[in-house]
Amino acid sequence: MEKMSRVSTALGGNVLTGRTMHCHLDAPANAISVCRDAAQVVVAGRSIFKIYSIEDEQFVEKLNLRVGRKPSLNLSCADVVWHQMDENLLATAATNGVVVTWNLGRPSRNKQDQLFTEHKRTVNKVCFHPAEAHMLLSGSQDGFMKCFDLRRKDSVSTFSGQSESVRDVQFSIRDYFTFASTFENGNVQLWDIRRPDRCERMFTAHNGPVFCCDWHPEDRGWLATGGRDKMVKVWDVTTPRAREVHCVQTIASVARVKWRPECRHHLATCSMMVDHNIYVWDVRRPFVPAAMFEEHRDVTTGIAWRHPHDPSFLLSGSKDSTLCQHLFRDASQPVERANPEGLCYGLFGDLAFAAKESLVASESGRKPYAGDRRHPIFFKRKLDPAEPFAGLASSALSVFETEAGGSCMSWFVDTARRYALAGRPLAELCDHNAKVARELGRNQVAQTWTMLRIIYCSPGLVPSTNLNHSVGKGSSCGLPLINSFNLKEMAPGLGSETRLDRSKGDTRSDTVLLDSSATLITNEDNEETEGSDVPADYLLGDVEGDDEELYLLDPDHTHPEEPEYVLPQEAFPLRHEIVDTPPGPEHLQDKADSPHVSGSEADAVSLAPVDSSFSLISVSHTLYDNRLPPDFFSALVRDMLRFYAEQGDVQMAVSVLIVLGERVRKDIDEQAQEHWYTSYIDLLQRFRLWNVSNEVVKLSTSRAISCLNQASTSLHVNCSHCKRPMSGRGWVCGRCHRCASMCAVCHHVVKGLFVWCQGCSHGGHLQHIMKWLEGSSHCPAGCGHLCEYS
Amino acid sequence: MRLATAANEAYTASLAVSELLGCKQCGGGRDQDEELGIRIPRPLGHGPSRFIPEKEILQVGSEDAQMHALFADSFAALGRLDNITLVMVFHPQYLESFLKTQHYLLQMDGPLPLHYRHYIGIMAAARHQCSYLVNLHVNDFLHVGGDPKWLNGLENAPQKLQNLGELNKVLAHRPWLITKEHIEGLLKAEEHSWSLAELVHAVVLLTHYHSLASFTFGCGISPEIHCDGGHTFRPPSVSNYCICDITNGNHNVDEMQVNSAGNVSVSDSFFEVEALMEKMKQLQECRDEEEASQEEMASRFEIEKRESMFVFSPDDEEVTPARDVSRHFEDTSYGYKDFSRHGMHVPTFRVQDYCWEDHGYSLVNRLYPDVGQLIDEKFHIAYNLTYNTMAMHKDVDTSMLRRAIWNYIHCMFGIRYDDYDYGEINQLLDRSFKVYIKTIVCTPEKVTKRMYDSFWRQFKHSEKVHVNLLLIEARMQAELLYALRAITRYMT
Repeated sequence: MEKMSRVSTALGGNVLTGRTMHCHLDAPANAISVCRDAAQVVVAGRSIFKIYSIEDEQFVEKLNLRVGRKPSLNLSCADVVWHQMDENLLATAATNGVVVTWNLGRPSRNKQDQLFTEHKRTVNKVCFHPAEAHMLLSGSQDGFMKCFDLRRKDSVSTFSGQSESVRDVQFSIRDYFTFASTFENGNVQLWDIRRPDRCERMFTAHNGPVFCCDWHPEDRGWLATGGRDKMVKVWDVTTPRAREVHCVQTIASVARVKWRPECRHHLATCSMMVDHNIYVWDVRRPFVPAAMFEEHRDVTTGIAWRHPHDPSFLLSGSKDSTLCQHLFRDASQPVERANPEGLCYGLFGDLAFAAKESLVASESGRKPYAGDRRHPIFFKRKLDPAEPFAGLASSALSVFETEAGGSCMSWFVDTARRYALAGRPLAELCDHNAKVARELGRNQVAQTWTMLRIIYCSPGLVPSTNLNHSVGKGSSCGLPLINSFNLKEMAPGLGSETRLDRSKGDTRSDTVLLDSSATLITNEDNEETEGSDVPADYLLGDVEGDDEELYLLDPDHTHPEEPEYVLPQEAFPLRHEIVDTPPGPEHLQDKADSPHVSGSEADAVSLAPVDSSFSLISVSHTLYDNRLPPDFFSALVRDMLRFYAEQGDVQMAVSVLIVLGERVRKDIDEQAQEHWYTSYIDLLQRFRLWNVSNEVVKLSTSRAISCLNQASTSLHVNCSHCKRPMSGRGWVCGRCHRCASMCAVCHHVVKGLFVWCQGCSHGGHLQHIMKWLEGSSHCPAGCGHLCEYS
Repeated sequence: MRLATAANEAYTASLAVSELLGCKQCGGGRDQDEELGIRIPRPLGHGPSRFIPEKEILQVGSEDAQMHALFADSFAALGRLDNITLVMVFHPQYLESFLKTQHYLLQMDGPLPLHYRHYIGIMAAARHQCSYLVNLHVNDFLHVGGDPKWLNGLENAPQKLQNLGELNKVLAHRPWLITKEHIEGLLKAEEHSWSLAELVHAVVLLTHYHSLASFTFGCGISPEIHCDGGHTFRPPSVSNYCICDITNGNHNVDEMQVNSAGNVSVSDSFFEVEALMEKMKQLQECRDEEEASQEEMASRFEIEKRESMFVFSPDDEEVTPARDVSRHFEDTSYGYKDFSRHGMHVPTFRVQDYCWEDHGYSLVNRLYPDVGQLIDEKFHIAYNLTYNTMAMHKDVDTSMLRRAIWNYIHCMFGIRYDDYDYGEINQLLDRSFKVYIKTIVCTPEKVTKRMYDSFWRQFKHSEKVHVNLLLIEARMQAELLYALRAITRYMT
């Protein structure tokens, strides 16, 4: 960490040199302060009070101000400040409420000068006047600020904040008489030093304590404050009302804030807890720190810029008992590590994506596309030379448009509404869902349902209609999400290599679809035919001969112009053999089994050995006999679910998961299930299918999901008269003392079940409203709204 | 149209536990009237508190609007109006904050599942053998679907909760011994490890219930009617009821003798108040004049800390915990008194280096959002609550007294305020009061009505409840500070 870079700055004859370095202190530091000559720094803490001189290579201990054998609380410093006019003058604030001044010019070993014991509680902050040699200000936990004249023995004036503890006091650098004080209750007060009776101004700056403040060295009236609410705010107090000019959100409560010299918009912060780094922020760029110093291993308690006109040296003291000098040049810059990327949906489902140019450019192989462009967007950011991150911030913007119709998710909504997930025997559920899918033209999904039914229910009862499945039609039903986006390049002039060919994108995604389904099938086949000599071409290890039969049965569905599609697609519809099965008795059998079919398929099979002859699986291959347990397929089903989920069709994955319940749940790891559930629920809620989403939550077996229904179940009601939130009772407003929820029918207060129309917000007793709406379609309150009750 | 239920939640006090009726300690009292096969419970005890006469406590129905709203909130959140609420309503401002916090901890979004929260509550309350809280939370625990098997003892709970047992033990009795190794042990336990957020939630729950147990004993809260020991099925005529029914295993037989101690002559206690006020005035005036030396101040703290070790109630007899509660702790021998007898040294914790407002709050709010805010409010209200009255006097600035109580409790935990003169404590708190404080904070299960009656005899009951609120909040903050400091140390 000892970086050897050196910086020297010429400052009116003075030359500051140094490097990033640190030295070990004997004890944790609470505060540091720099001498006017920028060559010495004082470190104060509970059990340390030392002056170090800053050499080129290292810190050298110059003076230990803790003298005497007996430890004294007067030396337990909460804060320290070095006078900016007088090199010999220091002041400390002690945790026991004493303010001590020190004169380095004293000849004796003990440099202690004066002792002010006026505060009753811990003194949090001391501050010298920037221009007056003898004026010292202190702020204490007891809520008072005191101004001392060092030529006198006691305070000149006392300022009462009339509120809680004072956390920081700072003299304004520009206005001679003004000082700011910050309080534990979130207030900031501005005082005139000549008027101790009342503050000039007061405003609430933060939620919770304001730990620190700092006046801008150049901009008159700019005050930065930092609080426990993790914010740094910059206020303009020259206007009649203090105005928030900038706001930086940090990740931990802000303990100190210091403007960076010579850089108008920069300030350094360190935090009170948890976070050990020192950040330098550009207040105009409040999201990513401009620089970051990561040397400390415990919280930083004090920061100071070494020289009021040199922006490159920062000193810091920390609870980890080290004193550091940081060089701005050696700071890490988080912005370099960040990948500035943004993603946003448009009103019509368009998707905009912005990324660093270098990233986008690295994806080679894209041809410039000059096709139709519905809404060409020319995007060029005007570069501001003063911008700190110019150059880093240039990015490429791509806009993806949804294909007309491709964005239509009606199939999703319909499916969600019509699927049956529980409450019926498994076989019926599967059939029902297969039917739904088929009606929506999603044949692959329909087939899957049918297959599941066959796998998990006793065989038989596949209506012959199922067999008329289109072969090769799958390309249109497929998985709509895949095709829904067309990439459209929207960054002209930002480098042609970033463009994406639209048609290429299309074919690409198609290929992906084909490829993945093909591989899936191959996988399945491999598993299925393991140990058998059947060619790995067909699902379920069916016989070759079926192939031809299939073509005979469905000759009109084969698409000769798409021969390469046929092979994978045909693997699915293989139900035709069941035509041979006598449907009548089978049907009865199934019905009889249905009440306890969930969970006892194996029993069903063994109970009816006759079934084996109808079993699809065992028809041609004795290898798969009737004893084949459904467990045998669980790996296959798991892969199938994964396939759907990866294709973006979590709907299918979740629906199957719910319908099959215990049968497959144990095979799929909990996290994946949870992930699918949350994605599906999220989708459902985006489509406002609240009922369906609730049903899914209810049916889910995952603990994390089912507790969603228990979270935030409270309903907040506002008073209908004063519009304030009702607290306490639901029927009387605490503020205007009027009964808020009156029944529109009987004009009495509703204290129990209250039902109201979401359109006109009138309502009343459940019974009354139900009765009323049977006879009339208008609102009982007479507002003319056509209420609906469902 | 949409249906909504407006605050009419059904009163669903689960009777699961009260199925185990009768007195289990003595095995008697099972000869209930079974003519109709229905046993009608009657409340035992008189009013919500054993210490405070029923007539002093606000009657439900005679409350003002604010209190009524609070009752409604409490009822809606808990499905009952428990005795704690009925006693705390002496101080509605605090009660509101208390209920809000408790509701958030137990029912709102948080990292721990609901039944874990109640189970942790049971664990914490059981540390002090507080059967009142244990019973309440056993009901709630079963209500939210907890596994009844866990109630047979901590060893039946998941390993993860068992791991928490050690922290619970140390936190309740010697929080200053918590080290980052404790935290590390919980966070790095393979598949049973806690996450930081869960741990903070658990720590807040533990401290909340430790201090609530203090309150329960400190105010002598009576068992709820639907809980064990809160009712009887014997007809009212039967007078010789079993003593362990009413004391609920606390075995404070000397309750019968209270009256003799409680009725100390009024004139005596009148002077007590006068003297206290006089002292406060003196301290106020002479504070600026004589400034004690630094060593003096430091030694005063040490003296107070050491003395607090030896402040103990005279009847220090061994208490055998009631059976149904004891199953929740592994070794009952581990208590506060162990170390105090052996004169163990309590290290000094400087509040200026790690305080709730700056450090504790930031940590809690980071790991368990919003709770830091709620607890912070609660501390503030408890610390700043005053009606400017003292017994029969009005317009008294009690801040000095309140600060003395608060700092005395922190002092017992070794927490030192640099800017406080611990000599004040000796001036303001007399011996019997110190005994009461010490007992409530460290071994609440030993509080007796005699102790409650013998301190501040002239003060109102509401003021004594006020003292209790200060005690429990100060205790909670002290425990939290130690636990959070350990977590902070682990994180750095």
